[in-house]
Amino acid sequence: MSDGPPRGTWVGPDTTMAHEAAIVDEAIQKPGKPEGRGRGWLRVDVRGVARSLVVPILAVFTALVIGGFVIVLSDPAFWAAFPSDPIGAIVDGLRNVAAAYEALFTGAIGSPTEILQAIASGDPAEITKALQPISETLLSATPLIFAGLAVAVGFRAGLFNIGVEGQLYVGAIFAVYAGFALTGLPWFIHLPIAIGAGMLGGAIWGFVPGFLKAKTGAHEVIVTIMMNYIAYQLVFLVLKAEGFQRPGRDDPISQNVLPSAQLPPLIEGLRVHWGFILALVAAAVVSWILFRSTKGYEFRAVGLNPGAARYAGMNISRTIILAMVTSGALAGLAGTSEMLGTSGRLTPGFSPGFGFDAIAIALLGGSRPSGVVVAAILFGALRAGSTPMQAATGTPVDLVVVIQALIIMFVAAPALVRAIYHIKAGRTTGTEVFSKGWGA
Amino acid sequence: MTAATATIADARSRWLTRERVLGIGYLVVALLIVLLFNGVAGETTKFGFNSGPKPAIPLPDLVVPSQVTIYLMAGIAAFLGVVQLLRSGARWWAILFAFVAIAFVAAFITWAAAGKSMSLVGLFSQTLQRSVPITFGALSGLLCERAGVVNIAIEGMLLTGAFTGAVAASIAGNVWIGLAAAVAVGGLLGLLLGVLAIRYLVDQIIAGTVINIFAAGLTAFLASKVLVKLPELNNPPRFLPDKIPGLGDIPIVGPILFTNSFFVFAMFVLIMVIHMALFHTRWGLRVRAVGEHPIAAETVGINVIRTRYINVLLGGMVAGFGGAYFTLGSTGSFDKGMTAGKGFIGLAAMIFGGWTPIGAFFASLIFGFADALQNRLSILNVGIPSEILLMLPYIVTIAAVAGLVGRVRAPAADGRPFKRE
Repeated sequence: MSDGPPRGTWVGPDTTMAHEAAIVDEAIQKPGKPEGRGRGWLRVDVRGVARSLVVPILAVFTALVIGGFVIVLSDPAFWAAFPSDPIGAIVDGLRNVAAAYEALFTGAIGSPTEILQAIASGDPAEITKALQPISETLLSATPLIFAGLAVAVGFRAGLFNIGVEGQLYVGAIFAVYAGFALTGLPWFIHLPIAIGAGMLGGAIWGFVPGFLKAKTGAHEVIVTIMMNYIAYQLVFLVLKAEGFQRPGRDDPISQNVLPSAQLPPLIEGLRVHWGFILALVAAAVVSWILFRSTKGYEFRAVGLNPGAARYAGMNISRTIILAMVTSGALAGLAGTSEMLGTSGRLTPGFSPGFGFDAIAIALLGGSRPSGVVVAAILFGALRAGSTPMQAATGTPVDLVVVIQALIIMFVAAPALVRAIYHIKAGRTTGTEVFSKGWGA
Repeated sequence: MTAATATIADARSRWLTRERVLGIGYLVVALLIVLLFNGVAGETTKFGFNSGPKPAIPLPDLVVPSQVTIYLMAGIAAFLGVVQLLRSGARWWAILFAFVAIAFVAAFITWAAAGKSMSLVGLFSQTLQRSVPITFGALSGLLCERAGVVNIAIEGMLLTGAFTGAVAASIAGNVWIGLAAAVAVGGLLGLLLGVLAIRYLVDQIIAGTVINIFAAGLTAFLASKVLVKLPELNNPPRFLPDKIPGLGDIPIVGPILFTNSFFVFAMFVLIMVIHMALFHTRWGLRVRAVGEHPIAAETVGINVIRTRYINVLLGGMVAGFGGAYFTLGSTGSFDKGMTAGKGFIGLAAMIFGGWTPIGAFFASLIFGFADALQNRLSILNVGIPSEILLMLPYIVTIAAVAGLVGRVRAPAADGRPFKRE
């Protein structure tokens, strides 16, 4: 690549630099298979896509089935009835599962008949009401898309960013502050400043682990986890500070974001806001960065084979730091869209674990931006449906967390899914290895 | 990583060696002590050495003039900084480092407790207790990692152990059954980690993360669905502190070391057992061989896969044991997410302690001390926001991981899946 790369310590017996570079090239072509073949990148490899969807779909399905078992087996009424009337207990249990999942579904999508009737009636108020659940799903999906992209960028560069949760909190602190402290600005100046502030906050929180990883070898997993806990405390700290806390309040709550920095709703009367569009734009930009830009090429090269990337003249330290900063900025956007669009103010527990769902989302989406968007909408649906589910059937919202953990497990272990369903292994490459020891 | 070695090599060629950086750092610490901890002239700090209302041998309290003591500590730090600068390259840098750290902490406590009294025995006894789950977590991690399996699922194992311990002990009305159940469930999670990492070659960090999320979700789900409706399932008996006759009456040492619950004594036994087993038995040699060079180990006839399974099973059991401490040894009932990152701190303690049981214990003590100190100071109501104090253990962890990871070495095959040819 560049002239005079430092000769690495690793010298194979029959390996030339060209050979090494060819390995990197070949490895990097794999994820973006359709574009590398000279067929025109619009023509999608349908069979390949179908094959790559089998495992995620079966993973979601299996996770829902096991979730059903959890609902039945955790019900004291089931155990009380089982010894005397096992069949009746099982039927009741299945009925409970069906009720819970139905409530989950209608909470996330709405009732199809109601939507059709509303559209047929042509009454805008009716249509808005019928679209409410979908709006809630997209609203929940918005921060998950940003957060999922953040984890995906990390994965591509060989970094496991568990710190998205902390980064989005710090992004939220910055965005809220810019949102209420700057006054008298028109929206087209104020809103971009507030969004930029949120990105900056997340980027700073991503920079620290990136820098420590690059300079001292401290493993990003531990550092990002610690940064999460520090971020939680930081939120409490700023929310007690004068000038940040809402005047006249004793509880930790910030001042309201001014209207000029708010992301307006997409459709009047629904809660889903322009943050969702911003998330789709971010996904497109990340896709461009990863698969069309030089920096993205370097991210992926370092992620796949740091030794070869170094041999090709890439600066590993700088790439690691840049990848963590990019990842942190995306995570910051997740907090920002919550602040400027959804809630308009900062409270300590505003994120119910977006940063951890994001890991599942990035895995489920195969660390591809398009996959992340689809997976985030799925998880948004689970989250949006879980509250009505708890209200209607008493099944705690935490069930969704169990289901998500199972989804990640099955996606991360495709062999497990294949073993359950007796599917033959396809031409898929092996699972990527993210852990590279403790920074040695 | 190669980049890190390059940076160290660059630093060597310059005047600013690591030793000199340390020396200058000690001088900065001395300056910080003077700048940060002042304004307590004329006040005194009282340190208590007694615990409980009626100690067998009462000791007088130590009363020191606050500001003078703080300047004395600054002087010690500055002196050690000069020593480090002049005799740079000396091999006992770690001892100097420890003394500077102690001087800083002592100055801080003297300042924070100026005009008040601080029970040192209480502080150290709490330190030991707070370090119990961290130590168990670290021991769990090192059992797995010595065999080459990275275990970041410690947090989930602790949480599940806490939950199972509480429920089983409540049902049986017996702490021992609760403890046994916690150990068993911890072992199951260890096996799950093993199956994912060893059989299905899932990336070990992802496998651990799955277990963490799964454990957090499932315990929270069951706590809201079952324990809220049936609170009698979350009311376990507890292991109460026992005083060892005779030894428990020794001043200072007695209340700290010999008046404790079963968990603390079990922790000491476990540290010794794991230390002996790892470094002085044939089993330990084989485990370490598997963690360092599995292919060589397999060649000489060690069953790598089986060794790894056994070690993740043992690691899971140890973490389940430590998890039971949260409910059966400490609070007496289960709360969602009650482990609050102790498993991850245990992981850091394991790294900090250089993958050795005794090192991990001392590292855990440092984290336990930060935790106990924060707790004591928030009771004393010093002028520092409690949030900053609560950040302390995590900042210490980052500093430890960043500062020491280059010095300690992980087992060579840690995190690498093993596939038979």
